[in-house]
Amino acid sequence: MTTEQIKTVAPKPAPVWQHRHILDVDDFSREEIELVFNTTQAMKEVLSRPIKRVPALRGKTLITLFYEASTRTRLSFELAAKNLGADAANLSATASSVTKGESLIDTVSTLEALGADIVVMRHPHSGAPDIATHYVKASIINAGDGWHAHPTQALLDLYTIQEHKSTLKGLKAVIIGDILHSRVARSNIWGLTTMGADVTLCGPPTLLPDEMGKQNHHLPPTNIEHNIERALDGADVVMTLRLQLERQQSGLLPSIREYVQLYQLTEARLKLAKPDALVLHPGPVNEEIEIAPAIVHGPQSVINEQVANGVAVRMALLYILAGSQKQ
Amino acid sequence: MNKPLLIKDGRIIDPSQKTDEVGSLLVTEGKISWRGKGEPPKGDYDILDAGGLIVCPGLIDLHTHLRDPGYEEKETIASGSRAAARGGFTTICCMPNTNPPLDSQTAIEYIKSTAAAKAVVRVLPIGCISKGRNGKELAEMGELAAAGVIAFSDDGEPALNSYIMRQALDYSRAFELPITDHCEDTILTEGGQMNEGVLSAKLGLRGIPNAAEDIIVARDLALAELTGGWLHIAHTTTEGAVELIRRAKEKGINVTAEVTPHHLTLTEERVIGYDTNAKVNPPLRTERDIKALIQGLNDNIIDIIATDHAPHTEGDKLCEFALAPFGISGLETALGSLMRLVHNQKLSLPTLIAKLTSEPSKILGNRHGQLGTLAIGAEADVTIFDPDLEWVVDTKDFASKGKNTPLDGEKLKGKVIATIYQGKTAYKDAAAK
Amino acid sequence: MPKKIIMTQEDIKRTQARIAHEIIERNKVVENLILVGIHTRGVPLAHRLAANIEEFAGVKIPVGTLDISLYRDDLSSLELQPTVKNTDIPVSVDGKSIILVDDVLYTGRSIRAAMDALTDMGRPHLIQLAVLIDRGHREIPIRADYVGKNMPSSRHEDIQVKLQESDGVDEVAITSTPTAEEG
Repeated sequence: MTTEQIKTVAPKPAPVWQHRHILDVDDFSREEIELVFNTTQAMKEVLSRPIKRVPALRGKTLITLFYEASTRTRLSFELAAKNLGADAANLSATASSVTKGESLIDTVSTLEALGADIVVMRHPHSGAPDIATHYVKASIINAGDGWHAHPTQALLDLYTIQEHKSTLKGLKAVIIGDILHSRVARSNIWGLTTMGADVTLCGPPTLLPDEMGKQNHHLPPTNIEHNIERALDGADVVMTLRLQLERQQSGLLPSIREYVQLYQLTEARLKLAKPDALVLHPGPVNEEIEIAPAIVHGPQSVINEQVANGVAVRMALLYILAGSQKQ
Repeated sequence: MNKPLLIKDGRIIDPSQKTDEVGSLLVTEGKISWRGKGEPPKGDYDILDAGGLIVCPGLIDLHTHLRDPGYEEKETIASGSRAAARGGFTTICCMPNTNPPLDSQTAIEYIKSTAAAKAVVRVLPIGCISKGRNGKELAEMGELAAAGVIAFSDDGEPALNSYIMRQALDYSRAFELPITDHCEDTILTEGGQMNEGVLSAKLGLRGIPNAAEDIIVARDLALAELTGGWLHIAHTTTEGAVELIRRAKEKGINVTAEVTPHHLTLTEERVIGYDTNAKVNPPLRTERDIKALIQGLNDNIIDIIATDHAPHTEGDKLCEFALAPFGISGLETALGSLMRLVHNQKLSLPTLIAKLTSEPSKILGNRHGQLGTLAIGAEADVTIFDPDLEWVVDTKDFASKGKNTPLDGEKLKGKVIATIYQGKTAYKDAAAK
Repeated sequence: MPKKIIMTQEDIKRTQARIAHEIIERNKVVENLILVGIHTRGVPLAHRLAANIEEFAGVKIPVGTLDISLYRDDLSSLELQPTVKNTDIPVSVDGKSIILVDDVLYTGRSIRAAMDALTDMGRPHLIQLAVLIDRGHREIPIRADYVGKNMPSSRHEDIQVKLQESDGVDEVAITSTPTAEEG
């Protein structure tokens, strides 16, 4: 083969997956999200086998670094890693080590020195994983940073919805609750709008920054509605957020009682949505506060599926991320 | 005694005398001794070729944090003064939020003697409004005034207690010195990290709304009107504050105001990516606020530009955004970044220079010498800079211990070539001829 | 690059039929068989063999598909897009005689991965291997039970199998790839 012939070989197309880290869903393309969905489906098949294990990530080490207590998400990641044959370990930093001067950068560097290929971080301050990415070569997955983002939650929420609705495009999705402090809300706003859904945010004005509904170049377009009945009208997807009980103490709400009266997802209110509307909640659920128990245990709830899908989605993400690390 | 220095053939811009012409300047025994276009008087002197460069009075900064005493790892009077010289500043006024704070004659004497021994430029102290900066009792302003402070401030914190602020504005009238207030309603802004708006919503950071500044500005102006005292508003950043000050001046209220180079040139978007070097209080705001601030400068609503130089160690800023201290190390990039406004024709060069020389000098009065002017007999504080020289900011070259600037790696157009303080060369750039 | 066709559509059809007969002959209890095709081209081949076996022996053998991406021993094989395809085996593998079907047998690593996957799913009675082409160069001790055509090749040659179901045409071709020294 001559030099000329070699040069005319077509260049490889750019890979769909463009992330070395998973910090937020705001820069995920539709194609990347669909890649996650497809891979998740394969992972669900693995989870349906008697031996829920494949050796794809054998030799890789995943370390979870959780500065906020969370057994469920941490377990979900650990199981995901083990199901792929990776080694998983945990470092429990507590919120107090944040202020005690054990520098975040030092801790993450230590994890890398200990052999971590992937670090899964949950931190009470927005932007903490972003900062960590500048100082380590390992891949960082954000398991929730302050109010800012929780990308894996959004991806499993999206997957759960599309399993039932086959497509997210054109769906009316309503997110109800304390949007201001919710990283789950923010990441879902990005994910849902990228996949073509129409998003309405609903909550008390003190917990729902008006700026989010205004035309701007930092956030995707959403509708703001402070009245829950109007917000739920014709919804295909209803996502309720957990209300932190401290919000009343910090003066943002007059009382939990009033929040319940105005914003609890009750059976009567759910009837305003479409009859086949799905009900989601990132968990853990405050039954009787943001959502009526009958709905949690009712036919429209997909809350348990969210948890099950969480392991599969995280397996998919670890697989894709580990594969792209080699490049 | 130093040899006389001839600064030759520069474009002399001296707003105090409304001069803007090419000429030469002779400096003898620490004072401006001659100025003209032709041949200078005969004599044996050093020559500094200022051909193609701007020659102006030494820049004056009425708002700097030198961190000394108490936080010497962040900056000292010596290192801060060297940073000032690199930035073209021959006079800097240090804020009293040191440890111990500057609320007594002893503390002021410490500043003066350390500056005399170690500083390469003039350092003038600002005294506290309240004892220990506790906001509860007035400091002994008389003693502080006699010791030589140029203003009173609890900067870092607002004088939140309206009763104390009123007393301060009233009492200070006896000394004809301003009360410089850091206007922020800290109850409203508690936990705030950056400007409040869509971007803070996106980034998940608690916001510091414009209203928090406007509230205290309005309050302070009302108290200034009530007492007849002299209010100086530190680091103005909002459209609303500019409007309030405009109306107050129209009413004849005794108020002056300052704005920083970073609030004139950088927006909140610098925080994207959680860059802690862009974390400053008051925060970087929006294009709309910047537009109002520039208009405020041009309309003389805002009297001066002051850096609010706030150095921190690298370790201090190398952490989660919410935990990082506020502050930008600004002395060495002030002129370069401000020149952007001149190059974009938002501000004329003589106006810019006035805001850094003749206008601050009016606030200082003549108690510390004839400053901010190149009149014959004035202090020989001269800044020589190249308005068109492009350079890239490299914090490794900073004389300041604080490398905390969002401008690291940024290309600026306009650089200080030499800084003369009392006739001696305090700083000379490698590009000097 | 010169391309040489080594099997035409007719060749492939005849070879498939021959393999189907061999499978029937060697496995007394045809009812216990499952054909499992390895993605991508092993799948249509498995379906064709099942059709052949139904035609010759009158028995309908279940066909499953197997994706081995999750069992590969090298993640870099994910290349551009790490898409994992369906693994769907309609019956339990326990006690069954599985015939793995693939288009080309080369280093043997894909087959090793496939066997790991199958043993994770249960305990087959036995596993046999049917391939259309065996091109040699094994890197681990794997051998095929049923071979369509032996095609000894050099590492600088590329053997391409195309099937109607995935590529629109049936053919097996061999081409030379440039070596590092050339060009």
